[in-house]
Amino acid sequence: MSAMTLTPIEKKPLSFALPTICAAGGFAGLFVGTAHGSGLIGVVVGAVVLMVLGYIALQILGPGMERPVRWGIIALFTVAGVLLAGVPGFVLGGLFGWFFAFFVYWIGEGRYRANLAPYLTGGQVLWHYAFRVICGAIFVFLITPILVVMPLSFNAQNFFTFTPEMLRFDPAGYSLKHYQDFFTSSGWQQALRNSLAIAPVATLLSVSFGTLAAIGLSSEHVPFRRAIMAILISPMIVPLIISAAGMYFFYSRIGLQGTYFGVVLAHAALGIPFVIITVTATLVGFDRSLTRAAASMGANPVTTFFRVQMPLILPGVISGGLFAFITSFDEVVVVLFVGSANQQTLPWRMFTGLREQISPTILAVATILVGISVLLLITLEMLRRRSERLRGMSPG
Amino acid sequence: MSDTTDTGPVLAADGTPLKRSLRRALRAQKMRALALIAPLLIFVLVAFIAPIADMLFRSVENQIVGNTIPMTVEELRDWDGADVPDEQVFRAMFFDLFLAAEAKEHTKLGSRLNYEQSGMSSLFRTTGRRVDNMGKVFQNAFKEISPQFDDAQFWFDMMSGGAGAEGNARLISNQIGRLERLEATTFSGDVGFVPGAAISDILPNTARAYAAFAAFTHFVNEDVVSEKKPWEAVHAALAVDLEEPATAAALAAYDGPGADALRQAAAAELPPIDMKAAFVDANKDWSRIEYWQVIKTYSPPYTTGYFLNAVDMEKTTQGVALRSDDERIYGLLFKRTMFMSLMITFSCIVLGYPVAWILANLPARKANLLMILVLLPFWTSLLVRTSAWKVMLQQQGVINDVLVWLGLVADESRLVMINNQFGTIVAMTHILLPFMILPMYSVMQTIPPAYLRAAKSLGATNWTAFWRVYFPQSVPGIGAGSILVFILAIGYYITPEIVGGTTGTFISNRIAYHISTSLNWGLAAALGSILLAVVLILYWAYDKIVGIDNVKLGG
Repeated sequence: MSAMTLTPIEKKPLSFALPTICAAGGFAGLFVGTAHGSGLIGVVVGAVVLMVLGYIALQILGPGMERPVRWGIIALFTVAGVLLAGVPGFVLGGLFGWFFAFFVYWIGEGRYRANLAPYLTGGQVLWHYAFRVICGAIFVFLITPILVVMPLSFNAQNFFTFTPEMLRFDPAGYSLKHYQDFFTSSGWQQALRNSLAIAPVATLLSVSFGTLAAIGLSSEHVPFRRAIMAILISPMIVPLIISAAGMYFFYSRIGLQGTYFGVVLAHAALGIPFVIITVTATLVGFDRSLTRAAASMGANPVTTFFRVQMPLILPGVISGGLFAFITSFDEVVVVLFVGSANQQTLPWRMFTGLREQISPTILAVATILVGISVLLLITLEMLRRRSERLRGMSPG
Repeated sequence: MSDTTDTGPVLAADGTPLKRSLRRALRAQKMRALALIAPLLIFVLVAFIAPIADMLFRSVENQIVGNTIPMTVEELRDWDGADVPDEQVFRAMFFDLFLAAEAKEHTKLGSRLNYEQSGMSSLFRTTGRRVDNMGKVFQNAFKEISPQFDDAQFWFDMMSGGAGAEGNARLISNQIGRLERLEATTFSGDVGFVPGAAISDILPNTARAYAAFAAFTHFVNEDVVSEKKPWEAVHAALAVDLEEPATAAALAAYDGPGADALRQAAAAELPPIDMKAAFVDANKDWSRIEYWQVIKTYSPPYTTGYFLNAVDMEKTTQGVALRSDDERIYGLLFKRTMFMSLMITFSCIVLGYPVAWILANLPARKANLLMILVLLPFWTSLLVRTSAWKVMLQQQGVINDVLVWLGLVADESRLVMINNQFGTIVAMTHILLPFMILPMYSVMQTIPPAYLRAAKSLGATNWTAFWRVYFPQSVPGIGAGSILVFILAIGYYITPEIVGGTTGTFISNRIAYHISTSLNWGLAAALGSILLAVVLILYWAYDKIVGIDNVKLGG
């Protein structure tokens, strides 16, 4: 796709390229300037530097010298960065340099037009890129909080923010002490053990019941299908605080409040909708004539289920199980009410830690949990592909 | 086929008509499907639906008053509420409160009524400590008349009417039932005491009080009834019985155990019985009519009181009325919850729409890569994201640091972005954004890009083409995402609790507060029921617009 260009690129006149580059430089200079006392000086310096660089690159040296000029610009910005702000400046300067080295040629050589329809007006091109910048900003909004947590978890200090040592990339500013804390503190380890004791059992319950029910629901002859579906999905719809309140009242009535079994039961109920939804979705693509074929060859229903149906819907069952697992593993509101101190799970401990702000160990735990969710995401994606492949293989 | 000449019904292999055979097979299939669903359905009904039903029940349930002070409730039924109740009511209250104080249940009733009228809690607590003394007067008086009244076995024989006497089994089982309701448990087994039928006719109050004492001694204290001296309340009951002129006459003809001592007591001068004075002496608030009105108002087993409370109203003698301005908090809280959920939904639409659009219109490979940026936050633990926002938004946090470093904000005037509505809205927008993007994305994927090009080729500007052609087709996605986000937002608890401070909290935080801190479960249940109703209406709308079967997970 990207190899094909929609519009032949052509060199833009300097009267267009230089002011654009100059404006970009001024904009970047504004931030550097305000950080060092005067925004105005920053704007002027940025604009002038970029104008000069653009002129040299585009007019004096020309596109033939692109590669060395690019490296030159990066080197120049890196040095400037180090002079202005030390080690963090090195990284920032390098990034700025890389961007402007690209930007100068992108504008000057008219490359920005390459993938756009030739009939677009200047305004439309501008909007096209502005829109992408906006989307980029939203993606940054989505991902930054998660990315920020990770380096902070290596903080050598007990602060929730970047220390000057960290910004200088001083090794003394980093340490694994919060991880060490997590792995040696008996409270955190107990919480981890509780989480691992509750989530798998709850998952097993919801997956076994849920899969059977989903198979039953996929039959065309079920009476009150909508009503049953509504009841089975309801744990997902009802706000957690209401489920938690109801379960707290009811379970304390029947003596399950504050017990391991009560928490497992509650979490299994919360995980069921996810199993039902994913398994039902997989069963939509399941070819029923396969079970009939198996039956006609003499397999009894149990054999048919385990040898024919189960292998085909397994990806859906597993991804439903993963959803159920993460629901339980992540759940805090219900366990807060239904559980007692003996069932304190990882999220519960994080919650109390956040409320009382004890230590940045929470950030280490958070980083570990992000790692787990990345693994889950990859597993799910692989399962989805496998499921599609299997469905593609089965006729109809 | 060759058998088209057959005129009879089509037969299956075993000779039954095909129609019937088919129907039977279908029924078997239906039963099998139901059998597969049944375990899960029962599971969900027990583990989830029953708790919800219990919560709805608790929002109107008010049996504590009737269970704790049943006789007072009975006596108050005819009270007109105009003046302080008469002596009869106070006597009933004395016997009720005595038993409740023994069972240590009176403070629960006090805190229950304190939700409606502050001061009730201390009223019941202080009086509960004094009821022993109120009865002590009579105990001492009887002891002086005859030392036999200080003997446990004497009382037991007297009240059971001696060996072989006809028993009043109903009275004792009534008292056991009452104790069960008071303690909210069930007792099984024999008390080892049955009040004599004759003596309970002559001394009804004493028999009742002694039966209550016997049941309590046996089941709660797990003692032998005949070895324990009766409570002060039993003596007081005897005094009440002997006050009746008819009792002395009936005693004259009685010859059961203790008859002599009783006749002696009936003839003697007893201290006057003035429970009203004793109560007012214990706590002068007992002479306040409004306290009695609260007891009467909340005596039925079911009440709308919690719901009225949840919408800032209260029951008064003039009927239902709005609370005074400074006591209206729930209306404000519901409004705030609505406002913030709407703000979050709106921010999600604004931020989600461009992202969904670009994901749907980029080539698949790039779109899949960018999709990771949406799915990773979606899959990351809620606590992780909330802690991330706490780290980012605090005054010494990352955003403020960056702003200070850039010189946009002075170090001493760092922005307050956490523990207020702003913090909650930002954090929750981030947390719920994937729930908006994913439904929008799946709708936008189905809109052919050729439509936009066609519109433009017919002369539409970019904006017209988008607004008149693309946008209307993407509305279902916006609707689905909005309802989903709104439903999720309105019931959120964790994030507002951590980043919301006092001004950025939701109704759910108040529900949690009433469950775990103020212990006003009824009010928590009523607030929860209102929230549940709102969510169910929205869910119904979601089902109409999108359909539950179309809920997609993870794109």
